[in-house]
Formats: sequence, C-alpha cells, structure tokens
Amino acid sequence: MNVNTLIELMGAILPKECIITDKNSLRVYECDGLSAYRQIPLMVVLPGSTEQVQSIMRLCNEHAVPIVSRGGGTSLSGGALPHKDGIVLSLAKMNKVLEIDERSLIARVQPGMRNLAISEAVKPYGLYYAPDPSSQIACTIGGNVAENAGGVHCLKYGLTIHNVVSVQVVSSDGELMELGGSGFESPGLDLLALMVGSEGMLGIVTEVTVKLLPIPEVAKVLMGVFDSVEKAGNSVAVIITSGIIPAGIEMMDNLAIRAAEGFVQAGYPVNAAAVLLCELDGVQEEVDYQLSQVSKILHECGAVETRVARDEKERALFWSGRKAAFPAVGRISPDYYCIDGTIPRKFLGKVLSEINGLSESYGLRVANVFHAGDGNLHPLILYDANIPGELEKTEELGSRILQLCIQVGGTITGEHGVGIEKIGEMCIQFTDEEREHFHLIRECFDPKRILNPGKAIPTLARCAEHNLMHVHNGELPFPELERF
Amino acid sequence: MSDSEVILQQRVVDAGNKKQQLAIIGGMTKDFYGRAVVGETLDIKNHQGIVDYDPTELVLTAKAGTPMVEVNRLLEENNQMLGFEPPYFGKNATLGGTIACGLSGPARPFRGSVRDFVLGVKILTGSGHVLKFGGRVMKNVAGFDVSRLMVGAMGTLGVILEVSIKVLPKPASQITISIHQPNVNLAIQEMNRLHGKPWPISAMSWYQDRVWIRLSGTDVGVTNAYQHIGGDLEEAGDQFWEDSREQSLPFFRDESPLLRVSCKAGVPGFDFQNSALDQDKSINEALIEWAGGVRWFKQSEAREANFPERLQEKAKELKGHMMWFRGGNRQGEVFMPLPSAVLTIQKNLKRAFDPQGILNVGRLYASF
Repeated sequence: MNVNTLIELMGAILPKECIITDKNSLRVYECDGLSAYRQIPLMVVLPGSTEQVQSIMRLCNEHAVPIVSRGGGTSLSGGALPHKDGIVLSLAKMNKVLEIDERSLIARVQPGMRNLAISEAVKPYGLYYAPDPSSQIACTIGGNVAENAGGVHCLKYGLTIHNVVSVQVVSSDGELMELGGSGFESPGLDLLALMVGSEGMLGIVTEVTVKLLPIPEVAKVLMGVFDSVEKAGNSVAVIITSGIIPAGIEMMDNLAIRAAEGFVQAGYPVNAAAVLLCELDGVQEEVDYQLSQVSKILHECGAVETRVARDEKERALFWSGRKAAFPAVGRISPDYYCIDGTIPRKFLGKVLSEINGLSESYGLRVANVFHAGDGNLHPLILYDANIPGELEKTEELGSRILQLCIQVGGTITGEHGVGIEKIGEMCIQFTDEEREHFHLIRECFDPKRILNPGKAIPTLARCAEHNLMHVHNGELPFPELERF
Repeated sequence: MSDSEVILQQRVVDAGNKKQQLAIIGGMTKDFYGRAVVGETLDIKNHQGIVDYDPTELVLTAKAGTPMVEVNRLLEENNQMLGFEPPYFGKNATLGGTIACGLSGPARPFRGSVRDFVLGVKILTGSGHVLKFGGRVMKNVAGFDVSRLMVGAMGTLGVILEVSIKVLPKPASQITISIHQPNVNLAIQEMNRLHGKPWPISAMSWYQDRVWIRLSGTDVGVTNAYQHIGGDLEEAGDQFWEDSREQSLPFFRDESPLLRVSCKAGVPGFDFQNSALDQDKSINEALIEWAGGVRWFKQSEAREANFPERLQEKAKELKGHMMWFRGGNRQGEVFMPLPSAVLTIQKNLKRAFDPQGILNVGRLYASF
C-alpha cells in the first residue's frame, strides 16, 4: 500500500501529533534493546485509547499492513524491531492506572505503564507487583506480557504468567476480547496462557489486570563468596531442597564480579571465583531464622565467607552490582552480547566449564551473571563490533551456548524471548510439526499474519536454510537429544 | 517412544481415518466434570510411570496415566508436594486427568493453580502427531505456551502423554485456625484483609459461620502469624482442608447439583434476598473458598428452577464465571457461554490440534 494513502487513512483515526513519519523521529524507533538489528518503519503511531487501537487494527488488517507493537523498547531479542513495510504501534501514551482493588489484590492498568510505576502506585496500600525484570524502570507491563518477563524475584513469586489475572486484547481484525477472568480462573481454553509470552503475534494488549502481593515486612540479602563456581552452583540446590525458597538467588562469576565492582564499588571480593546473592523476605523472625540456615548451608557447601547486608543501604549496594552487571560489562568492552538460556540447575557447573572452553576457542571473553535459583543463565559475550567479523563470531558463540543449553535439557530462552535473535535456534529446539503448530496457533488469532511478522517462529524454509548451515558431516547437531 | 505411547498413537490415527470420535479416560474420577462425551473409549491408564524426578531440581516428569497416589507417595518420601493441591476425587485419579481438568485445591490463591506449575507437556494431537512443548526448566519462553494451554482443555486439543511439573518443598510447620464469623460479608472482608498481609497463609475459607485459615511455613513464621491473627486452633485442621478439597464436607454430601462461581475475592456475599427466594435461608453462599474467590451453591429441590440462570447473570455482571460443577444436564452447556470472538478462536484452536474433530468432542462446549 502507498505510504501516503496509509498516512491519510491513519489521519482519520489519530490526531496529527500521534503519527510519526519523518525520518529523524522514526530513527528513535529503529531498534530495541538488541541494537545490532535496526530497521526504520514506514511510520509510528501512538494511540491513546483502546478504540483507536481497534481502528488502527481494522485499517491494517484490511490492507495487510504489518504491525509491530512496542512498549518501552527494552526487548533484548529484537521483539520490537520494526518491519520495513510496516508500522510501529507504540503503547507509550496508554500508561494509566485504571483501577486498584485492594480487597481483591488486583490492579487494572494500561499496557504502556512502566513495571516499576505499578508498584509505586499501589505502595500506599502496602502492596506491590512482584515480577521485576532488570529493566523495570523503563519496561512496560504490556511488553512484560508479550515476553512473559521474569526478574530477580521470580524464583519465589513467579513470572508474568503467574502474576497476570486477565488482559484485554484487540485482535488482528479489531475485535475486543477479555482473556482470563476477574477471579482465579476463566471458562474455556486458557487463551491467557497463550497470550502471555506471545511476543506481540496474537493481539494487541490494551489493558492488563495484575495480581498484587503484600509488601514483605522485611527483606535481607546475604552474600556468599566462593573459590569455585561449581561449589556456588551446588549450594543453590542444597538451599532449595532444604525447604527454603529465597526471594531470589543470583550468581556472578569472576569476570562479572570484577566488572561490577569496578563500576559500582559494591564491596564484592574481586578475587572470588563466584559470588552468590541470596535474598530472603517475610516476617522478621522468619527471615532471621532462614538467614542463619542459609549461612550455615553456604559454609557447608564450601563458601569462603558469608556476609549479611547490615542495613537497607548495604542491601541496595549488594544488589546494585548485580543489577548493573550489564552496563558494568559495557565499561570493560566496546560491545557485549547477552545470552539467555535456561538449564536444569544440576548442570550449572558442567555448562559453565563448557562455556569457558568455548570462550577460549573463540577468543572472546564471557562474563556470567545468572538467576541461579531458576537455572537461567545470562552469559555476556564481550566483543568489538568495529573489528570486522567479530559480531558474526559472537553470534556463533552465542548460538553454540544456546545449543549447549538444549543439550542438557534446557531451553534457548528463559525470559528474553525469541524475537529475531533466536529464530535460528528455534529450528533446533522444535521439530517441523511443533513449529507448524505454532504457525497454526498464530493463524487462529491472526489469519493474515500482520502481527509482528518474521519474529519468534521460523518458517519451514528458514529452518531448512538454518539447519543446512549447521549440519556437519551430514549429521544434525546432537541427534541423540530429546528436544526438551 | 514407549510401547504404550505407540499403541495410543495408533489408536488415534485409526480413529482419525475412520472419523471415529474418542472419549479419553484415565481413572474416571472426574468423569462427572464437564459435558458428556460420546465416543469410543481411549484409556490412558496403561501409559504410566515416572519419567524423571530429581528432588533438587523441584521438577517431576511422569506419564499421563501415572496414578496421583504414586506421584504423591514419591513426593512425600522426599518431603515435597504439589503446590496446587489438586483434588483426586477418588484413589484412581491420574496425573493426566488432573492436568486436563485443571482443578486446583485450597492453596490456589496463595501458591498458584495447576497451570502455574506446568512446565512442559508431550501430547498426541488429533492427527496423531506426538509433540513436545515447554520443558523441564523453570523458565522457558521459546514458542507459544502450549503446555499451559493444555491445562483445563479437558483433552479437546490433544491426548496428554507426559507432563513436567514444578514441585515444592513441604513446609516445616502447618496449623489451622478458625475465627467465628456468622456474617458472610464480614467474613469475606476478614479474608481479604488477611490476604493482604505478609503472613504465610496457604488456605482460607468460610464455612459454617467460621473463617478457616491455614498457615504453612517455618515454625517461627507460623507462630508469629498465629499471634497476629488469633482465633481457635483446629486440631483436625488438615482433615478440614482435605474434606474441602475432596468435597466430602457435609455441605457436599447431598446429591443435588453443585454450582460454582469464580469471581473477584473482594466481591461481597451474593445477596439474593430481594427476590421471591428470600424465604430460603440457604439461598446465599454456604461455602466460600479461595479467600473469597470461589462461592459454592446447591441447586436443591427447594430452589426455583431459574436460580442457576440468575446465578449465571450475577457471575456475568461480576465478570466472573459460573459452572455446573456436578449434576444437572451434562448434555447442555455446563460452563459459561463464551463471547463470540473468543469462541471463534477456541474453535479454530480445536481445528488446529484436532482437524478431524475426534478428541473429547464437546467436553468443554457443545460447539467443539
């Protein structure tokens, strides 16, 4: 469709200032958190109401114009990367709280509301919204729903899927639907489960009802220092099987520790092989008791030292290093590439040592930070995009790490989504029939495939090409694998 | 592929060729739930066994026909449990049936639902494809979440062959307390208030003029919460929750149809007194579970025939959900009607997974 005609038709739906078409302003939207991929869209629209979203969808559906929805633009997998022939639908203007029901412990908010802003809005009621991705100051709840975002505290409190009660969705043909229920369940097939984590391919979320939790009376963090990554990894399993579910358990390896310490001076021991941060929350007496138990376990598992943050200030300091691990790594390397695989915890030691091996053979440094409690790894590959061929080498190393995750029974993405980034690895994790069913599901919601086309689910042709590249000596990689 | 899996696959392929509808069964303990299905029986009971269980990972994978008593015994041995506390409704209950029906127990508002604990599935589609979705790890966002879609789908989208679920360590300490409160609205308010406190509450109901509260956690955490809440310590507390979960409380004992409404926990007691029914004191909720989120009613003979319709209207007004849980006309619709846009998608999904329309047709809704 002619761009000018599209602009004209869009002008009948939205006020002028909500339609962006000039090149300079469009550049703001050319990428998300995965900045290695860039694409200028035809236009960006910023609707302010559900009705406007419906009209936009009807228009785009009629003319088969691709739509990429966008929240805070913090996706690390290119989920919000624009389509060259499509529009970007930004939900940034729809950022209000619609209702807080402190009795039923739920809040209904618009999709453009920032994750952290929800917790701030319900704080006066002694409540908060639990999932806390590292980007929580900037990422939006709509984006969290699209990616099934996790965070440091999802070990105890779950992912987005566990904390969203219902969503209002505009379908690809502009119909309004309510998925999920006002209570703890809804009739029929659980379409909410499909919508969460669907990477903007099944509909546009225009309202989200989230579950709220009481703010814990107290939260304390304990740092365990280890001379080996394996010991640190093993201690995580021991803590969890002892019956304690910490609010979060995070781990960093030596390179990540040094980078973080250089950046925020959190008091991390720079010579340690690994540092474990374990947060416990609840009522005072319970937390005190569990702290002593965890401390004992860590020592039994070979911790060289354990330290409990003395006050809220020190607790924030302990966390600041972990939370700033990505930018900290950015200081010691011109570029870095963040990987997001999940593995069964018991293979933590094995996988880390194999990552080290790969790191050496590729000649690229890898810093490891991870949500140890969930077995969710975030290896950060350090590289220099200005060196010709280094990005390609980095991507190949990333792909090898993800294949390693599949090999031990894990997955290619724990919380960042597939987007454009891991579309090739989807060919390894799933069979042709399984991927075909993803396409069939998508067509149930979006027969014209206008929603975020080209993302998350590779076509058969694409996988044929991908697998061709990865076949060595006529064999598929890891033929013995169960692809779980 | 195991022998039993091959047999099931062959049965489904043959049925597809003949366009023969199949009625999937396990232990037949939840046969009463959902709509009646006509078809040749496809029994999954022989497809059983634990596939993988490593207590340190908090993940259990088992074949669908595995008896729940076996799952539970194994978890007990390792001091672990199923967080969603599913009802068995009989000793033959299977894991597959439990997942397919998607029914959670008293802990649901506090620990999560069946679907919250499902990590991965292996299914057999109506075209005979064996597919795997999700996995055995806690976090996995690769592809659409088909594993969770299977929960509560009642076999309409595929035969569940294998499931991976997250399990939890058992709490060190557990007590039940009760507080006398004959007023339904005050009882709901009290449950809402307690739910908003950072205490280790793991179940909350209102029954026979009392608010029942279960506390589970560390010794100190439980003791501390008990000191704050007060009330009477119930020696037979665990039995109360089991009876409530298995529906063996006196309220459930008569044979009249059982209606269930799911709504926001904070909704006040359903006040039907302005109707002609106000003579009937038992018209309103007799049992409230899930901290206010589930209200149970009986369609006893004394009650007007249109009461279920009125209840459904009420549920609709509250954006909730009413169902005929037990009894009534199982040939008619037993779940709330779906809005047309949502129904269309559900019918499309049925076609995507079961193009011949042979698996548990009509178990959820007459139209698919």
